[in-house]
Amino acid sequence: MEDLIYFFSFQDPNIRYVAAGSVLLAISSALVGCFTFLKKKALVGDAVAHSVLPGICLAFLLSGNKNPVVLIIGAFITGWLALVLIDFITRSSKIKEDTSIGLILSVFFGIGILLLTMIQHSGNAAQTGLDSFLFGKAAALVGTDLVVFSSISLVLVVVVLLFYKEFALISFDEDFAKSIGFPVRRLELVLTTLTVLAVVTGIQAVGVVLMAAMLITPAAAARFWTDKLSVMLVIAAVFGAVSGISGAFISYTAPAMPTGPWIVLIVSMLALVSFFIAPNKGIFYKLLRQYRIKRRILNENILKLFYQLSEIDADHQRARTLTELQNKRPIRMKSLKKGLRRLHIQGYLSNRDDKWSLTEQGKIKGRRVVKLHRLWEVYLTKYLRIAPDHVHEDADNIEHILTPELERRLESLLEYPENDPHSSAIPYDPNLMNK
Amino acid sequence: MIVNVENPILEVHDLTVTYSRKPVLWGVDMTLPKGSLVGVIGPNGAGKSTLIKAIMGLIPLSSGWVELFGSPLDDVRKKVSYVPQKESVDWDFPASVRDVVVMGRYAKVGLFKRPRKADYEAADYAIAQVKMTEFANRQISQLSGGQQQRVFLARALAQNADLYFMDEPFAGVDAATEKAIIGILKQMSAQGKTVIVVHHDLQTVTKYFDWVVQLNTRLVASGPVEEVFTQELLQETYGGKLTILSDVGNLLRKQGFPTRDVT
Repeated sequence: MEDLIYFFSFQDPNIRYVAAGSVLLAISSALVGCFTFLKKKALVGDAVAHSVLPGICLAFLLSGNKNPVVLIIGAFITGWLALVLIDFITRSSKIKEDTSIGLILSVFFGIGILLLTMIQHSGNAAQTGLDSFLFGKAAALVGTDLVVFSSISLVLVVVVLLFYKEFALISFDEDFAKSIGFPVRRLELVLTTLTVLAVVTGIQAVGVVLMAAMLITPAAAARFWTDKLSVMLVIAAVFGAVSGISGAFISYTAPAMPTGPWIVLIVSMLALVSFFIAPNKGIFYKLLRQYRIKRRILNENILKLFYQLSEIDADHQRARTLTELQNKRPIRMKSLKKGLRRLHIQGYLSNRDDKWSLTEQGKIKGRRVVKLHRLWEVYLTKYLRIAPDHVHEDADNIEHILTPELERRLESLLEYPENDPHSSAIPYDPNLMNK
Repeated sequence: MIVNVENPILEVHDLTVTYSRKPVLWGVDMTLPKGSLVGVIGPNGAGKSTLIKAIMGLIPLSSGWVELFGSPLDDVRKKVSYVPQKESVDWDFPASVRDVVVMGRYAKVGLFKRPRKADYEAADYAIAQVKMTEFANRQISQLSGGQQQRVFLARALAQNADLYFMDEPFAGVDAATEKAIIGILKQMSAQGKTVIVVHHDLQTVTKYFDWVVQLNTRLVASGPVEEVFTQELLQETYGGKLTILSDVGNLLRKQGFPTRDVT
């Protein structure tokens, strides 16, 4: 707790720098990742992330020090080379993109690990900390490293905003972009370069193994919350920033802990939460909607049942027992009781001595459902030429979904028929009849 | 039968296109008159979409050249509009109807600039023309097939071009939309714009178009609908498969042969 307060008070300038750096690079990779995600190139990010490792090692071997600029150049070169090779293999052989991504990713990463092991056993004193590029160490983001990585992140953010319209267009409709003369190939090149750069900036804080998650997960999570590209970019950036700063905090409080896995866990949690609770697209929302529909169908079925019973004995006021209802239509006892109670609370039914009867509003509602059911049966037999003995089931379902607007259209199309195909009278509301 | 015209709006000369060396279009030579409403017809795999894509420079040509308004495409791009097949894009993309239609203005807006107020107004005007105003802010994944096609048409209208290429604008649309779209196309044609449409339904050809291009790998016919939409030519387009041609095509592909002598 003390750590938490100390960290988030940002008194320590070191913490300030580490936090600001992590946030900035998480934001930049989240923004670039949005377009990678929309172009359905999620795996490409992963391939690049793994392919920068041999570049870092080679740069270190050749220069003998850990100057971030040199390492970044090395990482950039192999990351790029991997992309070019993936593209080349896909275009000039029968191997599909997913396979060539898998091939290149593992070959490059294998070479990277080989070189890294070699360096670690070489006894070079400067090599300590090089292995933090594997899983990341945000706390090491100080001094020149911080300046270099943050500047690249800043450039990334600016370029993405500058190219917003162009990237959106080539992500949505590449052929159209070409047809209006946009330099699509060059724009793709810029986007690819940004992807490689985003990966490169993230390696210090997140590490090469898990960097792909920083590109893709914020975008995937943000997509749940919005249907607007601009909003999606903002949400992805916020998600990225949150995970970035949490990563920095963990790296500060537990220096032995690699940062990457933590950042990835946090951003994945955000994605998981979005997956469940996001409005319209979230799982919970869908379940809730399902539940509401079920409840409505049950309510309407019970009112329909009351109305049908009162049609038989021509008494709309009569109170009925549970058994009486169950005999006419076997609804599960538990649901029936629950539905009756709910309709009572809502004012559609009255209840006396364990007997239930329709209120005036209940009668109107029940009559409407019966009417819709029978109208739909007429429609099916008349316009779809379905046999009268096959229309009941369909109508049992459709009666609940017909809107008042469809109801009016159905009535005027069928010209207020008197009877349904089974010769039951269709009950219109006499107060609303406007023949 | 190939009818040629003076001062064509589109001239295709000896156009050959191959996909991994297999010819899809072979030696197409044709000219189209300004202001016509052209239907491109032919069986599946005849190269109808390929012809349009080749003209728009979206796929490399194995041989031949194309001129629009008497110039190469790059000089006249702003006067040309292309409507891809509806299925070529992901309709789950986070964009609204207006976002997509305003893309039709991007060529005029230019790179790195935001669309101006006038561009959004032009987009709204185009949306109104296809009767989608009430859906302008709707997310595109919530549209029906017919509405999606209207959105694409609106984007093309927003381009204010003189020559339009449309790849199957009637595919997967309801009757009302088909009627609305053909109404708009006829009006465009009446305003002197040239519209070239890849079409599938032979029943409606005479009703919709005044010029017909019949393709089956090679160009079978091109001319006014009353002259070339004949039983005999249709038979040639849809009936006889050119087995020798396709066998030679397969041979070229198998042996990695160039389609044209490059020495």
